[in-house]
Amino acid sequence: MEYIFRILRFDPKKDESPYFQDFSYESVEKTSVLEALMDIRNDQDGALSLRYSCREAICGSCAMVINGNFDLACRTNLDSLKSSLVVVEPLPNLDIQKDLVVDMDPFWEALQKIEPYLHGEKIESTEGHLVDDHDMDRIFQFVNCIMCGSCYAACPVASRDERYLGPAALAKLFRFVRDPRDIRPFANWSRVNTEAGVWGCDTIFACNEACPKDVRPADGIEALRRKMVVEKIKSLFRLGR
Amino acid sequence: MISHDILVVGGGLAGLAAALNSDPALSVAVVSKVHPLRSHSVAAQGGINAPLGNNPDAKDDTWEKHAFDTIKGSDYLADQDSAEMMCRLAAPTIYQLDTLGVPFSRFPGGVIAQRPFGGAGFPRTCYAADRTGLVILHTLYEHSIRKNVQFYNEWFVTKLVVDDGKCLGVVVYDLASGEIIPVKARAVIFATGGYGRVYLKTTNAFINHGSGIGIAYRAGVPLQDLEFVQFHPTSLFGKNILITEGARGEGGYLVNNQGKRFMEDYAPVALELAPRDIVARAIQTEVDEGRGYEKEYVHLDLRHIGAEKIKKRLPGIREICHNFASLDPIDTPIPIQPAQHYSMGGIDVDESCASTVEGFFAAGECACVSVHGANRLGGNSLLDTVVFGKVAGEEASRRMKNLSGSKKAEKLLQDEVVKLKSRITAWQSRDSGIKVHRLLDRLKNIMSDRVGIFRNKKELAAALQEIAMVRDDYKEAYISGDCLRYSQELVNIIEFASMLDLAEVITLGGFNREETRGSHFRTDFPKRNDKDWLKHTMVKYEGGKPCISYADVKIDKYEPKERKY
Ligand SMILES: Cc1cc2nc3c(=O)[nH]c(=O)nc-3n(C[C@H](O)[C@H](O)[C@H](O)COP(=O)(O)OP(=O)(O)OC[C@H]3O[C@@H](n4cnc5c(N)ncnc54)[C@H](O)[C@@H]3O)c2cc1C
Ligand code: SF4
Ligand code: FES
Repeated sequence: MEYIFRILRFDPKKDESPYFQDFSYESVEKTSVLEALMDIRNDQDGALSLRYSCREAICGSCAMVINGNFDLACRTNLDSLKSSLVVVEPLPNLDIQKDLVVDMDPFWEALQKIEPYLHGEKIESTEGHLVDDHDMDRIFQFVNCIMCGSCYAACPVASRDERYLGPAALAKLFRFVRDPRDIRPFANWSRVNTEAGVWGCDTIFACNEACPKDVRPADGIEALRRKMVVEKIKSLFRLGR
Repeated sequence: MISHDILVVGGGLAGLAAALNSDPALSVAVVSKVHPLRSHSVAAQGGINAPLGNNPDAKDDTWEKHAFDTIKGSDYLADQDSAEMMCRLAAPTIYQLDTLGVPFSRFPGGVIAQRPFGGAGFPRTCYAADRTGLVILHTLYEHSIRKNVQFYNEWFVTKLVVDDGKCLGVVVYDLASGEIIPVKARAVIFATGGYGRVYLKTTNAFINHGSGIGIAYRAGVPLQDLEFVQFHPTSLFGKNILITEGARGEGGYLVNNQGKRFMEDYAPVALELAPRDIVARAIQTEVDEGRGYEKEYVHLDLRHIGAEKIKKRLPGIREICHNFASLDPIDTPIPIQPAQHYSMGGIDVDESCASTVEGFFAAGECACVSVHGANRLGGNSLLDTVVFGKVAGEEASRRMKNLSGSKKAEKLLQDEVVKLKSRITAWQSRDSGIKVHRLLDRLKNIMSDRVGIFRNKKELAAALQEIAMVRDDYKEAYISGDCLRYSQELVNIIEFASMLDLAEVITLGGFNREETRGSHFRTDFPKRNDKDWLKHTMVKYEGGKPCISYADVKIDKYEPKERKY
C-alpha cells in the first residue's frame, strides 16, 4: 500500500524552526512504522535521525508521536493506522536534538533524584531474601516500565514545571517503597511530599494514556500519596504518645 | 585527551557488571552506542541458571551437575575449567542479584522460583515472569546510578588501538556532536554483544551488528570458534521475535501440520526440552520435509497450559503475540520457526577475561571464554554475562599497576582519528555508488542460505566467494546524508566492515571443520569426530587476511561421550 509519511524534521544547528517533510512510501504486509522510517532513511534521506534498538517494544528507544498518539514506532503496524497519511513527530516537551531524536536528560535526571535502587539490608546474602510471590506480583506493574519517556512527554505538569519529577520516576519510587526488601526510611521518600513530587500531579492521567506498556504510572503516584498520608498520621500518633 | 584507567565498551549486562565491579578508586567509564537500557540484554526473557535446588523436582541439584549439563550441551567443546567456574559462581551470583533488587518470581515459602529449560537435568532457571533481562539490566543500571558510574552514551567505538601488543585506547564517533574523539585507556573491556544481524532471520536487536568482535579482530586479537552460531528453535514467524524457551519450560508443545508432537522422533526422552541445536534442526527438518505450514513454520501450542499460567508466567510472550502477530496464545497456537540467536564464539579470552593483547579484556556474548562450546544452553548466557562481566572488571583493576601504557599512545590515537576522518570524507565525497544497506541485504541472504542450520562444503565454498564479492562492492559504498550528527548511516557504513569480516570468519571456520558438533551441522560430515576435531578454531587477522590455527580443549573430569537426550 502507498503511504505518505509526514515527518517532523529539525536540526537545531542549521534550521530556525522545525518543519514537516513528506516522503512517499510503498509498504509490504505487516510493516511497522519503525521499519518504514528506516527504509525511508536508507532509500530516501540518509540524514534522517531516529532512535531504535530491540524492535520488539522492550528497550524503550523508539517512543514518538504517530498520528497524534504516543506510541512505540516498532510496535505500531502500518495497517493498524487506518490512514494513508502517517504524521510522525518526536516526543514533545523535550528538546529536539535532531529530527525524531530528543534530549532525554531531564527524564533521566528526574529518575536519579528518587534514588532509584533498592535500599536493601546490608546482608552478606548467601540465601537471598524470602519474599512472597504475591509481593513480587504487586510491583510487577511498575517493573514493566521500559523508560521510554512517553508519560513524561505527555504530562501537562512536567511541560510547565521543569522541577516536577514526572510519572515514570514517581512510579519507580513506588516500586521500591512497595518492595518488601526495600528498607528506605520514610524520611527518604517523603522528600517527594512536595509540588515537585507527588502533589504536583494534576490527575489528568495523560501518562496512563500515553504509556505503551500499561504501567499506569499514575497508580503509583496515587498510592504514594495515600501511603504518605498514612505515614504522617502514624508519626503524629507517635508524637502524641 | 580524554583518559581513563578502565574503559568499558558496552552498556549491556556484561558491561554494567564490569563497571560495577571495577575498583572504585580507579577512573572507570562506560561507552555505549545506545543508552545502556537500550542494550539487547533488556530483551532476554526466559531466565538465568543456577543450581539453587528450589524447585521440588530439583532437590539434588549441584553446581557439578550444572557444569556437566553445560559441558554435555556444548558437545564437549567447552573448556571444562571455565564452565565449572561459571557454575560454581552461579548460586552466589543469583543471591547477589536478589540483594541488589532483582524482582525474581517466587515459589511458595518465598524462595526464588525456577523453571525447567532445555538440556538441563533439573529445573534450575530463575526468572522474573518472562522479562528476566529487563529486570536484571534495569537493576544493574540502577546501581550504576547509585555508584555514580560515568557513562558516555551514544558514543560508538570504531577502532581499538594496539601497539606492540599493548592496548592504548579507542577511537569514538560521538553521535550527538558528530565528532571523532580519541580516548586513552590503560585497560579496555569489550562487552559489545552479538552479531545476529549478519543473518536474515535473527532474534537479535536491530543494533546487533557485532562491530566489537570485528574491531578486536582487526586489532590483531584472535577470534575463537566463530562457526558455532546458535539458531533458536522458536522465533515468531514473520518478525523473528524470540518466543522464549520458557514457553516450552512451562509445558508448551511443538506440533507439525499433522497435529503430531514431532519431537518424540528426535529426542524421545527430553522432547521439547532437548538442547536448542537439536530442536532447531528438528523443526527445520519437519518444514523441509513438508510437514510445516506454508513451507515456513510449525506450531508452538500453549493452549493446554491454561489462561492463568500464561498470564502469570508468560505475559511478555502474550504481549508479543498480540503486538506482532495479532493472536492470543491462550486460544491460538503460535507460528514459529528457527532463527539465528546467539554467538557461542567470539573474542578469544582466558577465564580471567584477558586476551592476548595486554590491557584488553572481553566479556559477555562478544567474548569466548569458552563456556558454551559448540552449543549454549538456555539461561546460561545471562549467567555468563554477569559472572564474567564481574571477572573482567576485577581482573582489569587488579592488573592496573602492571599496565604502564605507552608514551606514543596519544600520537597513535590521533593518527587513527585522522585516518577515520579521511575515510568519512571519501564516503561523503562520492555522490553515487552502492548504499550499504543493499550490501547488507546481500550478506544476510548469503549467510542464511548457505551458512545456516544445515551446512555443506559446496554451499560454504560458494558463500566464501560471494562474501568476497560483497567485500569488493563495499569499496563503492557511500554516504548520502549531509549531516554527521546522529548519523546512523555513518554507524552502519563503519560497522559493515566488521560484518564482512565476521561473515568470512564464521564461514571459513565452518568450511574447514569437517565434522558435526553442536550447532555446526555438516550434512557431508554428519558425525562428531573427536579424533580430529575436538579442538578450538582460532582465526587471526594477519597479513591482510584471516589465518586459522587450532587450540586444545581443556578437558578435566568429563570424558567426551555421545550426546543423547
Ligand atoms: C531475544 C533474546 C532473548 C534472550 N533470552 C535469554 C535468556 O532468557 N536467558 C539467557 O541466559 N540468555 C538469553 N539471551 C541471550 C542474552 O540475552 C545475551 O547473550 C546477553 O544479554 C548479551 O549481553 P551482553 O552484555 O554481552 O551484550 P548486549 O546486551 O548486546 O550489550 C552490548 C552493548 O555493547 C554496545 N556496543 C556494541 N558495539 C559497540 C560499539 N562499537 N561501540 C560502542 N558500544 C557498542 C551496545 O550499545 C550495548 O550497550 C537472549 C537473547 C535474545 C536475543
Ligand atoms: S511508565 Fe510507561 S510511558 Fe512512562 S516511561 Fe515507563 S513505559 Fe514509558
Ligand atoms: S525499538 Fe525498542 S522499544 Fe521500539
